[in-house]
Formats: sequence, C-alpha cells, structure tokens
Amino acid sequence: MSLMSRSHWTLTALVLAILVSMPLLLPDFWLSGILGRSLIYGIVALSITFLASYGGFISLAQTMLAGIAGYTVAILAPTAIPASQSAVSYWLAMPLAVLAATLAGAVVGLIAIRTRDIYLLMITLALAVGFSLFAQSNIDWFNGYEGIRNVVGPELFGQPFRAHTVFYYVSLTLAALLYLMVLYVVRTPFGLVLQGIRDNPRRVAALGFDVAVHRIAAFAMAGFIAGCGGVLITFYNIGITPGSIGMTATVNVLVMSVIGGLGHPVGAFIGAVIFTLIDTFAATIYDRDRFNTLIGLVFLGIVVASPDGVLGLGKRLAGRGKRKDAGDGGTPH
Amino acid sequence: MGGRLEIDDLHVNFGQAVILQGVTLSLDRAPLSLVGRNGMGKSTLCHAIMGMVAAKKGSVTLDGRPLLGLGPSRVARGGIALVPQGRRMFPSLSVHEHLLLVAGRTRGAWTVERVYETFPRLAERRRNGGNQLSGGEQQMLAISRALLMNPRIVIMDEPSEGLAPVIVDHLIETLRAIAAEGMGVLLVEQNMRVATSVSDQVAIMVTGRIATTMPARDLEADRDAQRRYLGVSHGH
Repeated sequence: MSLMSRSHWTLTALVLAILVSMPLLLPDFWLSGILGRSLIYGIVALSITFLASYGGFISLAQTMLAGIAGYTVAILAPTAIPASQSAVSYWLAMPLAVLAATLAGAVVGLIAIRTRDIYLLMITLALAVGFSLFAQSNIDWFNGYEGIRNVVGPELFGQPFRAHTVFYYVSLTLAALLYLMVLYVVRTPFGLVLQGIRDNPRRVAALGFDVAVHRIAAFAMAGFIAGCGGVLITFYNIGITPGSIGMTATVNVLVMSVIGGLGHPVGAFIGAVIFTLIDTFAATIYDRDRFNTLIGLVFLGIVVASPDGVLGLGKRLAGRGKRKDAGDGGTPH
Repeated sequence: MGGRLEIDDLHVNFGQAVILQGVTLSLDRAPLSLVGRNGMGKSTLCHAIMGMVAAKKGSVTLDGRPLLGLGPSRVARGGIALVPQGRRMFPSLSVHEHLLLVAGRTRGAWTVERVYETFPRLAERRRNGGNQLSGGEQQMLAISRALLMNPRIVIMDEPSEGLAPVIVDHLIETLRAIAAEGMGVLLVEQNMRVATSVSDQVAIMVTGRIATTMPARDLEADRDAQRRYLGVSHGH
C-alpha cells in the first residue's frame, strides 16, 4: 500500500504545479486565507495522519506540540509583545521551536508507548488540555490568557513574512517537503518497522527490533512535523494565545484528518481545505452562530458515507470500474 | 554460523497453569526435531527461548551467554530467529517490504537476492501483500524473513501446518539445505514425516517435559512409541 505508482507521482507533480501557479490566478485573500491556512493546519493534521496511518496511533497531542513550537518561537521572537527577556533572531528561534516540538513529541511517545487505542486518546487529550491550561495560567513565560502578540516572522527576500505570496510559498514548500518526507520515511526500514508494529508488535520484537524505541521515534517525527506547522500558524495569526491550542483547536485538527481520510498522508491536506472552506464561508451561506452545526453535519455526512474520509470515498468511486492492488502477480493457491 | 543452544530445567507458568516443568534440551551442529501432541508446551518453549513469555525458573544459553530476561528483540539480535506458528505475516506490507524490513541489518550468507533465487515464487509475488499469499508462499516468506536475520539458530514452530503434501516436500528440502549449511535448526513439528526427514534425532515432549530423545529411525519404526507419545498410528 505504501508503494506509490507512477500515476501517483504524476498526479502529485500536477497538483504541485497547479498550487505553485496559484498566486497568478487567485486574489490575495484566497491565497493566504484559504490555501495558505489550509496548508499550515494541514501540516499539523499530517502529523496526526502519519501516526494514525502508519503507526496505528490516534494522538490528540499534536495541536499541543504545534503550540509548544508556537510558544517557543513567540517567547524567543525579537518583535514579540510583551517583549521577551530572551529574544533572539527569528532564524535561531524557528529551529529551536521545531526542536522543542520534536523533543516534546518524543516525551509524548515515551508516555504513550505502553498504551493504545482509547487510553492513548485519553492520555494525549489530558496532555493537550493540561498544556493549554498551563499556558493560560502562566504569566511569566506565556503571558497568560492574552498570549504573545506581534510575532510577525522573519523578512524573506526583503519582504515581510506576512506578504501573501511569501507566506503562501513558504507554507507550500514546507508542506510539500514534509509530505514527501512522510512518503519517503514510510518506505525506509524504519517506516516498514512502524507498519509492522501496527500490525503485530510482538512479531516485530521477535525480529530483533526495539518496539518502544521505534514508537518514540515515530512520535518525535510527528512532533517535528507538528512543530513546523506550529511555527507557521503562529506567524499566520501574528501571535499565539492559549485558546488557539486548546480543546477546540485540538478537535478541529482531528476533524481535518478524519474527514480527509487517515489512510494516506494527502488526506490531511484534503481535510484541511474542506474544513477551511466551511469555516470561512459557513457564515455567509448559513447563520454564523450555526457554524458548528454545519461543520458537525458535514463531518457526520462524510463519516457515515465513508468511514475512511473523502480519500476513501474517492478511492471507492475510482475503484468501482476496476479492481485495484490485488492479484497482479497471479492468484493465490 | 551455528551455535550451541542449551536449555536447562526451564519452567514456565501461565498464572496457576504449569506449562513447562523442567525442560532440558541442547542443540548443536545437528538439527533437532521436537514432537509432541497439542498442548504439550512446544510453542510455549519456542516463546520462552525468544523471551516472549517469562520463565519462572531455569536457564537458556546460546554459546554460554544467558538469554533469559533479555526480551525478544535482544534475543533475536543475539542470533536466534523464530518462524512462528501460523506464519504471522504483516497484512499491510508487501512481500518485498517484508524482506526489506529485516534485510541489511546483519551481514551473512542470506540476502534479499538470495531469497529470491531460492524461492522464485516469492520474486514473482514481490508486490503482493503478505495476506494475499497462499499458505505455502506465506511459509516461504516467514522462513525467508527469519533467514535474512542471518541467525545462528532458527526455530520453526510447525512450519508444515496446513500445507499441501507437495509443498511439504519442498519445505523438507529447504530445511535440510539450511541445516546442511551449518545453521542450527530446532524444528517443532506434529508431522512425523517432516520431523524424521529433517533431523536424525527427535525429542518428544509430554506435558511440559522432554520425555525422551531417540533416533528418528527408531521412532519411525516404533509404532507403539508413536501411539503413546503422539497419538498417531503412523506418519502421514
């Protein structure tokens, strides 16, 4: 399942080419407000999908990990309000932020290695809510309820990070790189071991692999991905607040992953686009107060119609005519 | 390659149930078959050697190095590979991915190329999923997966189970070839024909103990012993 066929690569290149040419076609609002925003939240959703698809873990801690990166870059940001005692250049703050998320991811993995399924869900949810509450109550570092403002990001090519095209291209590049990284990693022995662990951890151990170490590494990698998303989200929102990493944000990113489909990394971005479109336009086609009703109904509709998300729906429609995957090397006897 | 596996007075309990009560067995250059009826503790012995179940008492050593308590991953890296009963493929990995998973971690006689040469059928099915294979193909893949670890000792838990007779013949040839190269083979079997074709010595397990070890030729000739220990009137 993890082998990408030539047609997949062609499709990937085509989609990338279309996305690269978007600044020529779309107004600025669409570029950063819809596509850019989908990409950066899609990155965090990608970290959920990676763990779910190849490791068999549903982690609710990924938004928290994005938040750890976001708060790190905000605390270290030279432009931050309130001004920080420990301000450094953005070029140093960004890698430190991603590093912090990676390490935090490993810690989540360390806590999570002995649990699975509903228990993992509960533990990661508790971590996420706990961190959000901690950020809200801590004034010295996190500036409490108000959070940290004016985290504008570095200048690129003489333009502010906030410039629509700059933000869009940086998000697109990073999203594409992380997406390809996931596709690459799952084909390496590390990725194969991970999938083996999902299928049968005892068997993988008997083949000489340390299951715990691989699980922790998978969570660290997911933390790295979420951290990259978290830095971009903080720049996009020009700051970070406890509310932006709380329960609602956690559920939103999970919803993106699920409606897109947990079966393949691309589902994270498909889900993020759908979510962002509904989030943005629900108010105009429907009463703003009923926005959550609408997204709830869409979520329900997709999950009922296709338990494996939009991705599964597409696959089922495409596969109606021809049988895929099975039996291209003779029939089993 | 090869090594001396010594099992001494090994006891394993599952809760109150006593499964192994003092197994003593040693394996050296020559392959050894272990036979016995269902529920006598054969698979538990395999799992105990691998560290997949905890032993209550006793010792397992490979070339004098104690293995008990190391845990399955370190026992495996120490040079013991298990081909588990029921094959246990990974449903989401293809044949080729199964091999890549273990290949390249050890140096030795077995490589992915050699596996494909030895089992051309696997090369044909390299892109098929582990669960899309026939029983015989799965067994070849399970054995290949173990061989690619280039172990000193390979333990096979009922490899002939559920296989067609013609595939069983191929299996016997394969196991003899592996043993002839010097890899230690501990073969757990219920199929008398496989057990006696692969090794000259056969150990018989009865209620968690090795009741006796006898030459395969004698066991083949002794219908009475077969009936007593194995509940079969003849090899099938």
